[in-house]
Amino acid sequence: MNLWVLSGIALMVAGFALKVNPLLVVLLAAASSGLAAGLDPLALIAAFGKAFNDTRYVTAIWLVLPVMGLLERHGLQQRARALIAGMKGATLPRLLIGYLLLRQIISALGLTTIAGQAQTVRPLLAPMALAAADPQDDAEADRVKAMAAATDNVGLFFGEDIFIAIGSILLMKGFLEQQGIVLTPFELSVWAIPTAFAAFVIHALRLWRFGMGRR
Amino acid sequence: MIALPFVYTVAGLVFAASALLAAFDQAKPQHWVNAAFWALLSLSMLAGDRLGDLGNGVLVIVLVGVVALGKLGSPSASAPEAERQARADQHGNRLFALALVIPATALIGTLLFRAVPWLVDPKQVTLVSLALGALLAFGIGLAVLRERPLAGLQEGRRLLDALGWAAILPQMLASLGLVFALTGIGKVVGALASQIIPEGSRFAAVLVYGLGMAFFTMIMGNAFAAFPVMAAAIGFPLLIQHYHGDPAVIAAVGMLAGFCGTLMTPMAANFNIVPAALLELKDRNAVVKMQVPTALPLLAFNIALIYWAAFR
Repeated sequence: MNLWVLSGIALMVAGFALKVNPLLVVLLAAASSGLAAGLDPLALIAAFGKAFNDTRYVTAIWLVLPVMGLLERHGLQQRARALIAGMKGATLPRLLIGYLLLRQIISALGLTTIAGQAQTVRPLLAPMALAAADPQDDAEADRVKAMAAATDNVGLFFGEDIFIAIGSILLMKGFLEQQGIVLTPFELSVWAIPTAFAAFVIHALRLWRFGMGRR
Repeated sequence: MIALPFVYTVAGLVFAASALLAAFDQAKPQHWVNAAFWALLSLSMLAGDRLGDLGNGVLVIVLVGVVALGKLGSPSASAPEAERQARADQHGNRLFALALVIPATALIGTLLFRAVPWLVDPKQVTLVSLALGALLAFGIGLAVLRERPLAGLQEGRRLLDALGWAAILPQMLASLGLVFALTGIGKVVGALASQIIPEGSRFAAVLVYGLGMAFFTMIMGNAFAAFPVMAAAIGFPLLIQHYHGDPAVIAAVGMLAGFCGTLMTPMAANFNIVPAALLELKDRNAVVKMQVPTALPLLAFNIALIYWAAFR
């Protein structure tokens, strides 16, 4: 067993801990593990280039930013804040628990990209959360915004697997088929439901306590 | 057929506009660094398929070199708070309607385009719909808000500069995952994980499988990369074949144990690091730290669920 291929992982951990620029750390980690595995340097550069080109869809999401910027310039965040500030019962836990539930449900219907960090959290949810929380200082405001971002992630991750045509379900189906086990996507996705409930209960409880702790 | 190249063209043009605006922004001392960064990314989006594998590899190295050697400049300021407040009062709830154009187009497109597979690549309907929604929202937004197109693109550049290098970190990590897969790292990790399970202990096997999914996901930043490794090392040979567990539970809940790992790692940059940049948080890891107390009890729940439900 060639343990040297693990050197890339060690570099990633060290690089993140030492706060070296992560892009540089990624390249060094790829070089380290790749050379340890006996890949030729030019082949390694080509392999990384091919992988980068094949994963451009990850970065393409930023095409929404001019729209978000345009709306921000015309006061979208201010408007989102005013809407929540004008509602009487709009507390931080209610707002975020409501968003969590909504995000889980629409993700379970397969509509994962209609909300997200760039699409909804920055322009709408974060300013609304700030209006509901009315933080006293910057550190407090950062905690509220981080919780808004975290709530979007939890809602997405533990909703999407209930949808039968999502990537992870198809990946599992493919893997099991190779081992001679044939399952329908539905047989797999139904097992995402208990965890979806647990995720809602655990995170909603935390949101509620987060709101209480701030009183 | 409309497919990914359409999406990449739209994204490439957004990055190209940012590069041009940066190049002409004499007021910023670092403007050439930002211009070079966005120009290279634009080149990748517009012409990546024609550069060849080695060409793309060199492009990545230059891109990282620009970030590491030059320093990306800070974003330009938006309209002052008072001005935005005045516009917010003037536009009112029309702003929400405009903000909903992208999600609404994405929703309708996703549902509608599946019916016309010859027009839109069925595998890419969501991304294509998102790109169409962005174009539509930009056009309607300019008309309703009576804004010049250049001002809109300038705002896009402001947000891109606020992201800085974090904008391409998720793609870099995804690429790293693919290169790691070539080196056989997964087999080594899987072999090490299966070695620590004591003989005959079903609970230990479930525990190592669940923790291994979360831990390896934290390293790779992505449960998709961890699943085949852990399933091949422990899930299939031990839990399914040896202990006769229910494959549906072992696969599905194992994957969700991996998702708990995604909540706890800076390697899942698009979910955990990018929001910190988007929301201008001081601590880059603030979102991860906020998620750990949800992820840990949920991981315990998933491991218990596998243990009870897979061996009924």
